[in-house]
Amino acid sequence: MTAEEIMDGQPELDRFLRTDPRDVGCAQAMDMLHIYAELAAVGGSAEQRYPGIAAHLRACGPCGEDFDGLLAVLRDQAP
Amino acid sequence: MGSIVAMVPADSGVEQTSAAASRLDPESAGWLRVLAGTGPAREAALARLHEMLVRIARGEVGRRAPRLRLVGPELDDLAYQAAADALIAITGKLGQFRGESRFTTWAYKFVIFEVSAKIGRHFWRHPDIPLDAEDWERLPARFGFDPAQEAEWRDLLAALRRAVDEELTARQRRVFVAIVLNGVPLDALVIELASNRNAIYKTLFDARRKLRAALAAHGYVGDD
Repeated sequence: MTAEEIMDGQPELDRFLRTDPRDVGCAQAMDMLHIYAELAAVGGSAEQRYPGIAAHLRACGPCGEDFDGLLAVLRDQAP
Repeated sequence: MGSIVAMVPADSGVEQTSAAASRLDPESAGWLRVLAGTGPAREAALARLHEMLVRIARGEVGRRAPRLRLVGPELDDLAYQAAADALIAITGKLGQFRGESRFTTWAYKFVIFEVSAKIGRHFWRHPDIPLDAEDWERLPARFGFDPAQEAEWRDLLAALRRAVDEELTARQRRVFVAIVLNGVPLDALVIELASNRNAIYKTLFDARRKLRAALAAHGYVGDD
């Protein structure tokens, strides 16, 4: 069985072990979160403009949760 | 509300706020101008901002509530504490607002962060598992492995455990055990280890990279 075949059956472990070199970490993501969220809330290309933050928010549960919360607030307040 | 306003120090970054205000949307400029000022206008603005922060905090706590072991009054207390601490953080950092978003978006970010921090702190009131417990039997469930197919993943998990023991530093191992084995939320571990979110995330990030490399070296995962 190849390595790929072994991990194909274990997607959660594969996801956990996979790291993205573009990931900027929590400090930078938290510093920029209001800018990123505002861009995302208006349907802007936040992921394309800030790929390092996007990579981080995908991987970091707490920062992803904060982003979801801020985005929900902005969408709720949209006219 | 009066007590909250009284606790909020006047900002020292007034010069920076004046510079930032010149390139802001009118509403954000208005917030900045009045909060950087003094007197009744500032107090009224603080009261209004606090009211908004309480509303946002309650909404955020409510959004997360289904995943928390918190009930009615505790949720409300947490929201009020988060709003009060966010107000202090915002006024203390006014000089750092660079006008790259609306002022309110920037301000709401702080109350969301405060909600996270307070939920992390609350975890230790009723922890399921002591921090130092090490129950490796939880690992298959943690990664969704099917017990009926143990023959397929037994060697992989044994290799993972070996890599945790042999490749990680003591700090990386401690963070891995707490978060992965024991299910301690990252924000709760931040408090227990008197650290910060960025440092704990980086420790786990480096551990994940090491573990993947170790498994790849033994043919369990492909090289990226």
